[in-house]
Amino acid sequence: MFVASNSVSTPEIVWWALLPVIVFAVSGLLLLTISSLLKKEISWLAPGITLTAGIFVLFSSIPMWNRIQNDGPIAFLNDSVGTDGSTIFLTSLIAIALISTSILARPYLDREGIPDLEFYVLLLVSAAGGVVMAGANDLIVLFLGIEILSIAVYVLVALHLRKIESQEAAIKYFLLGAFSSAFLLYGIALVYGAVGTTNLIGIRNFLANSLLIEDGMLMIGFALMLVGLGFKVAAFPFHSWTPDAYQGAPTPVVIWMAAGVKVAGFAAILRVFPLTFASYIDDWQIPVAVLSGLSVVFGSVVAVVQTNVKRMLAYSSIAHAGFILIGVQSSNMDGTAAVLFYLGVYTFLASGSFAIATVVGGEGDSNHDLDAYKGLAKRKPALAALFTVLLLGQAGIPFTGGFIAKLGVISSAVDTKYYFLAGVAMVSAAIAAYVYLRILMAMYSDINEGKIEDIHVSKGVWVVTALSSAVVMVTGFIPEPFIEITRDAVPILVGG
Amino acid sequence: MSIVIAASSSATFPVLPSLLIVPAAGALVVAFLPRVRKDLTKLVALIFSAITCALSLWLLSDFEYEKHSDMFQFVSRQSWISDFGISWSFGADGISLFLIVLTGLLFPIAFLAVDPEHNDRSYFAWMLLLEAGVMGVFCSLDLIMFFLCFEVVLVPMYFLISRWGHGNRSYAATKFFLFTMAGSALMLVGIITVAFLHADSVGGSITFDLVEIAESQSISRGTARWLFLTFALAFAVKIPIFPLHTWLPDAHTEAPTAGSVILAGVLLKLGTYGLIRFGLYLFPEASHFFAPVFLTLGVVGIIYGAVVAAMQKDLKRLVAYSSIAHLGFIVLGTFALNTEAIVGSVLQMVNHGISTGALFLLVGMIYERRHTRQIDELGGLQHSAPLMAGFFTVVMLSSIGLPGLNGFVGEFLILLGTFTAHRWWAVVATVGVVLAALYLLWAYQRVFHGPAEKENAEMTDLKTRETLVLLPLLALIVFLGVYPKPVINRMENSVKTLVVHIEKHVSGFEEPVNRQSLGEIKIDIQQAEEGH
Repeated sequence: MFVASNSVSTPEIVWWALLPVIVFAVSGLLLLTISSLLKKEISWLAPGITLTAGIFVLFSSIPMWNRIQNDGPIAFLNDSVGTDGSTIFLTSLIAIALISTSILARPYLDREGIPDLEFYVLLLVSAAGGVVMAGANDLIVLFLGIEILSIAVYVLVALHLRKIESQEAAIKYFLLGAFSSAFLLYGIALVYGAVGTTNLIGIRNFLANSLLIEDGMLMIGFALMLVGLGFKVAAFPFHSWTPDAYQGAPTPVVIWMAAGVKVAGFAAILRVFPLTFASYIDDWQIPVAVLSGLSVVFGSVVAVVQTNVKRMLAYSSIAHAGFILIGVQSSNMDGTAAVLFYLGVYTFLASGSFAIATVVGGEGDSNHDLDAYKGLAKRKPALAALFTVLLLGQAGIPFTGGFIAKLGVISSAVDTKYYFLAGVAMVSAAIAAYVYLRILMAMYSDINEGKIEDIHVSKGVWVVTALSSAVVMVTGFIPEPFIEITRDAVPILVGG
Repeated sequence: MSIVIAASSSATFPVLPSLLIVPAAGALVVAFLPRVRKDLTKLVALIFSAITCALSLWLLSDFEYEKHSDMFQFVSRQSWISDFGISWSFGADGISLFLIVLTGLLFPIAFLAVDPEHNDRSYFAWMLLLEAGVMGVFCSLDLIMFFLCFEVVLVPMYFLISRWGHGNRSYAATKFFLFTMAGSALMLVGIITVAFLHADSVGGSITFDLVEIAESQSISRGTARWLFLTFALAFAVKIPIFPLHTWLPDAHTEAPTAGSVILAGVLLKLGTYGLIRFGLYLFPEASHFFAPVFLTLGVVGIIYGAVVAAMQKDLKRLVAYSSIAHLGFIVLGTFALNTEAIVGSVLQMVNHGISTGALFLLVGMIYERRHTRQIDELGGLQHSAPLMAGFFTVVMLSSIGLPGLNGFVGEFLILLGTFTAHRWWAVVATVGVVLAALYLLWAYQRVFHGPAEKENAEMTDLKTRETLVLLPLLALIVFLGVYPKPVINRMENSVKTLVVHIEKHVSGFEEPVNRQSLGEIKIDIQQAEEGH
């Protein structure tokens, strides 16, 4: 690269591996173009294209998966982009989150009178950013992905124009997000200064083969990157935006934030810490373990005292992030597979749970008090039953996917001899169970007189909640095939 | 029924897995019965629980108790998550056998005895799911499987209390759920650690197989003691051992009658059974080390439960506190670590299930008629309901431990064994027997004797259905009291194997046995004199 050359050599591009990014980005642009050319608004166009793109990416991941499993992972564009099992696995999770968000958004946007074109375009762009993150082999590409993802989400959060909370949430999210991006970028710069490359493979090889006499800069780089990425996945103490943003944002956007953005954030963390910084595990393992423990405890304890269901779920998502980080700190194959399994289950748990919040929220998206859930079992018994499955899954009750996910990460903590962390996490899980029980109690309590409102449940909500609950049950009863997939999806860095 | 009988003739029929599958399938069927056929719900639930009961009885009849070589019978194994070494692994021995049968018997009785007040389908579905979970606990030979079942029973019980309970039911249900879940939180970490350490020291892949881990005893002594505590905490909450008992009176009092019957009859045994199977067997050295603590807590529970029970104004709460006392006896016997006491404990688990189950049924029947459980408001019921008074007398006397009834046999064996091993604990525990007579007879006197006023005088006696429900329990009470030999025979070998296992793995520990021959005692005296 540093050799002067007369002819410009263009890097090799493996187009099929870029398909998901292209599909998401192009359908976003296409949607924007077509709609601006049309004289009359076609209501099904935006959700239709988005849904098609999501489903297409989801299904195209099957042949891509087979190819990667047979031929091994690949890297291209001067090794700055890679495609391995984890890329495809996480891409399909992002596609699933996109699909459920767009299904749920349709009736919501109609109800709230929010212009739907922007929503879907931004969602597609954001998804493209997430996919870029899942395949980044270079810190610069990683940063690009994060920015593409985040900037679109900042706007999405603010999209409920007539709701002051939505604007407030967006400002908070944006300001803190901008800071965290700055932290991340500064961390990247410091790592680059210490190592001399931003390429993940280059960094890994350099760190493995050379001994730094002065590693202070590298350490600060690690720390700043951990702050930046910790913000994206809402780990304590970089979580403070989460409850406000979740509460204020339009509920379908929250699904995207809880499922899609979190998956992308963990994709980045997995690529950077356990893979790239593998030889410096002694320096980052303890900080990550501490963050994970604090997130689990803080998320669980604070969720208990909330009265707003969206806030409860926001704090519980902090606790879930902590659980996932437990798998990250182990930095071995089993732990990483457990992280991927947890992310998979959590995508469905979050989609299904927030789907129900969308319905109960009602006109104006403001009815998220715990009282609003009172008597849900009488009004909509089937919906309450599905929500029960999802809540029990979140609590990690046996025979739900949530339990297997927790089993995996707790095993990884025991494997690395972090017994204390494992114990703290399990006790916090018991505390968090109270959060879900409170929602259950409200659902199955008797209705207060005069509070019976008819809830309109759209078909999309049924589809999303039923599928999510089914996945949560199936992964709980027959986890083996899913565990196999996550073991095959453990990320590997290869140079091209 | 004919299908079951036909299947039973084949030797390889997986009877233990079907004990889980039948009620679980029943729960599904009941949950999806058409809403219009409400009349079918109870019948279908009854059929499934009756099949389960038949299966458990078949297990009883096929159990070979003369066999010494194999500890577990009817073993079956099916891999679940091979990467983690988790399998559906089942087996029964003399310790779990009668608890399985007890579970099989109590559920149909609870179905027959009490009808839910509303939402029949979900009520019966939860009940059947509960039965599947309980069976899973008693049959599991895989640590994770055991934990799964141990934990999953919380969900049906939570819903049963919170939806069909009385008064402050959602508080009681939540307290029950959180106490037990918090208690068992660390057990999961303990289980995983056991498996990892075992795999580390033995080599090979991770396994959660109970027999393999317990027989190899590969974990170092200090670590094993810590791990034992994580298990013991979960069981102590479930049993419950004083001072972790505070959830029990609430849960019992607010639960629907059938819920109380199952809670007292079966669910509390999950903890005491766990102590034997996953305490003594898995961690013999640690159990021996911590035995004095548990003996003391057991005795404290006996006295505390009895004293508090005597103070109760609510009849159901009184029975709940009496459970704490009875379970104190079971804990005491378990940690006496000799054959008599452990057999006594296992027998007492069954006895307590029968007697307390029957007591809760009777209290439920009184409540159904009088809509109160306050002892003050009852009185003279024997005039209006002589039959009920008769049943109550027998059940109460069995609970006190009157010779000739089942409670006596269990308590006697426990006290005998404990006396041999730890004299003073047994002496204090005996006070508990006297106290039990005090609070139960006093309660009986206030409820059934004296003049009957107004509503008490007009109370109807037992209906035929209720009599039929109580009769089998009464028969068992008398049978186990008069002729407990066949039951004890079936338990004894397994318990002996367990005690030998403890002896083998605890250096310097010998089973404290009753010195029956005079010669041995003489030698002791001689030695003592020479010492002076």
